[in-house]
Amino acid sequence: MHKDIIIAGVGGQGILTIAAIIDLAAMQLGLQVKQAEVHGMSQRGGAVESHLRISSNVIWSDLIPLGRADLILSLEPMEALRHLPFLSPEGLIVTATEPQGDIVGYPSVEALHDAIATAAPHLLVDASTLAAAAGSSKSFNLVMLGAASPCLGIDNHELEKAITTYFDPKGENIVATNLKAFRLGAAQQRSKTTTR
Amino acid sequence: MQMMEKKLLLGAEAVAQGALDAGISGVYAYPGTPSTEITEYIQQSRHAVLPTVRSAWAANEKTAYEAALGMSYAGKRCLVCMKHVGLNVAADAFMNSAITGVQGGLVLVVADDPSMHSSQNEQDSRFYGRFAMIPILEPANQQEAYEMARYSFDLSEEVALPVMLRITTRLSHSRAVVTPTAPRQQNGLNPTTDKSRWILLPANARKNYRGLLDKQEQLRQIAEQSSFNSVTEGRGEQAVIAFGIACNYAMEVITSHGLDIPLLKISQYPLPEKLLKRFAEQYNEILIAEEGYPIQEERLRGFFGDNRFQGRLDGTLPPAGELSPALLEKALLGSMQQSNDTGHDIKPTTVNPQTGAHPLVAPRPPMLCKGCSHRDLFEAINRVMTDYPAQHVFGDIGCYTLGALPPYSTISSCVDMGASITMAKGAADAGLRPALCVIGDSTFTHSGITGLLDAVNDRSSLTVVISDNGTTAMTGGQDSAGTGRFFDICKGVGVEEAHIRTLVPLKKNLDHNMAIIREELEYEGVSVIIAQRECIHIRKSKILTTDN
Repeated sequence: MHKDIIIAGVGGQGILTIAAIIDLAAMQLGLQVKQAEVHGMSQRGGAVESHLRISSNVIWSDLIPLGRADLILSLEPMEALRHLPFLSPEGLIVTATEPQGDIVGYPSVEALHDAIATAAPHLLVDASTLAAAAGSSKSFNLVMLGAASPCLGIDNHELEKAITTYFDPKGENIVATNLKAFRLGAAQQRSKTTTR
Repeated sequence: MQMMEKKLLLGAEAVAQGALDAGISGVYAYPGTPSTEITEYIQQSRHAVLPTVRSAWAANEKTAYEAALGMSYAGKRCLVCMKHVGLNVAADAFMNSAITGVQGGLVLVVADDPSMHSSQNEQDSRFYGRFAMIPILEPANQQEAYEMARYSFDLSEEVALPVMLRITTRLSHSRAVVTPTAPRQQNGLNPTTDKSRWILLPANARKNYRGLLDKQEQLRQIAEQSSFNSVTEGRGEQAVIAFGIACNYAMEVITSHGLDIPLLKISQYPLPEKLLKRFAEQYNEILIAEEGYPIQEERLRGFFGDNRFQGRLDGTLPPAGELSPALLEKALLGSMQQSNDTGHDIKPTTVNPQTGAHPLVAPRPPMLCKGCSHRDLFEAINRVMTDYPAQHVFGDIGCYTLGALPPYSTISSCVDMGASITMAKGAADAGLRPALCVIGDSTFTHSGITGLLDAVNDRSSLTVVISDNGTTAMTGGQDSAGTGRFFDICKGVGVEEAHIRTLVPLKKNLDHNMAIIREELEYEGVSVIIAQRECIHIRKSKILTTDN
């Protein structure tokens, strides 16, 4: 078993929480994990990403080599494209549709969606709506974890255990909201209409 | 050795756990990316409570290093952490601690930032380690970071010298599973009995320095025997010598392409000369991979250039910036393709040779947070400065450095901690008016106070704005050394009370704040404006805590 995953977004969106939950589940399964994070200046609203590698064998590099990622999981559509050089020819993109467009030169949403559609098999997720349905806009990142869950190589049951462990210190209600968000995300079907 | 429960740790946290398990009695540090998480981990661990491991933040890296040296003098083990440029601040204490030597184990963890993810340069701390002639350890992975942190205290006490543990951003900020071993007790109080060793009068210092020179052979022997330096066998004419984390990238390429290339990994210095010689003699083509400056490559090549060695100096690897699997792939497979006539199809797997992102992708630089007090301060400064033909605002290091970027573009300089005040002073002495600078509260106590004293003594005409958000915000909100005392500090340094002004940077106060800034810019003398409003993140986290 070996998975290379890039989790991308904007500082403050909660990508490290997604990574921490996958890490936890992988560690419980006795897998090797390496997960490179971005701390420091970029966390002030800059582009951030995490390189997450899970394997039953030794993992050498903390960084995923170019062209090897099985999955780009992005919390923002333009950020999904930023990391395209890392995606393997067989790789998938799972991204939230809502743009964080408050920057100079942000492209049109239509152009972004077209670019994603031509780049790789993909799943576009309206994560804000689903997070609201789960009961908290903050569970946005858990919706996206759910949406990516079929591509992680880890059972949803194990991921749900990790979610429960992770949010346990914050109380039952927070655990329940995040589990609900995860399941709503997991129910999204991967787009069959890849135009590549 | 008894194995403890596995933990998923950042490289920085693995270092911290290793130091705790080595029985440290204290950690001294000033926050700085990518070193901050080491001290934070210790502060949050149960060890910080019982048994006591002293762990509060220091005012700067120099005070941190000296306090650590004092704890060592008293016989206890002590960790001191900083980012690479922090070692410039602590360099006086650091260099001389190699001359005094240590009593209790003293380990300096210095976190370098190749590619300058969050720094103003990418200096390589191994230069400092060699300069001071002390042992250096350079872990390649999180488990090794843990083990080296533990071992470095034993080594420090064995050779009676400080030991440098050098990590880089990538390792510091990457998680992996770490298996700790059973913790060791702290040392008891055991102050030095050899005071002359610590009194660096010339007569003593000469004797100590001779002793340091005499120790070098012992340090080399230890590195020759070190299990952190090892050979991975392989056949073929081409070989790799990889230092620290660079080893991971080379091994990634070797294993994923099924290459048969011998690799010598070096993670403990001084350079094990015999081991290197034995290895290098066998090959005609050797790639040197090191994260940082080509320090060892330069030594291995020699002054007249041994052309068997490739690396950053001949362009096989780039001269600057962080290494990556892609760069090692190009270096190893590129030369394989030239020398390989066996017809194997070995190609780089790079999808996009430009490594550039999609053309639609716009840069997304960091920016000041919504609701940040610095925003309202820069708004006021910009409006006032339109009255003046020359618009120079000396800046400093912190979140407010982002005021150099649009939409504010207020800041004209950012060099080193505290330089805003002293550069403004020099410019004022040269005749620049107005001479205005902006410095954060934590940067002010780190290195600003002495500069302000110079300005007062010289009656320079400048205005210092201390943008006081009550925390060390850039690195994640650590305690700031002077919170609540800035008025008193400035008064104590000798700034006239009438010219120590306080304002609250809020939109509703804009006119009032502009008036204060304008008045002080017109004053021929030293004035300080304390712009006080809490960091929005600290405020939010306090509200959350109260809610719970």
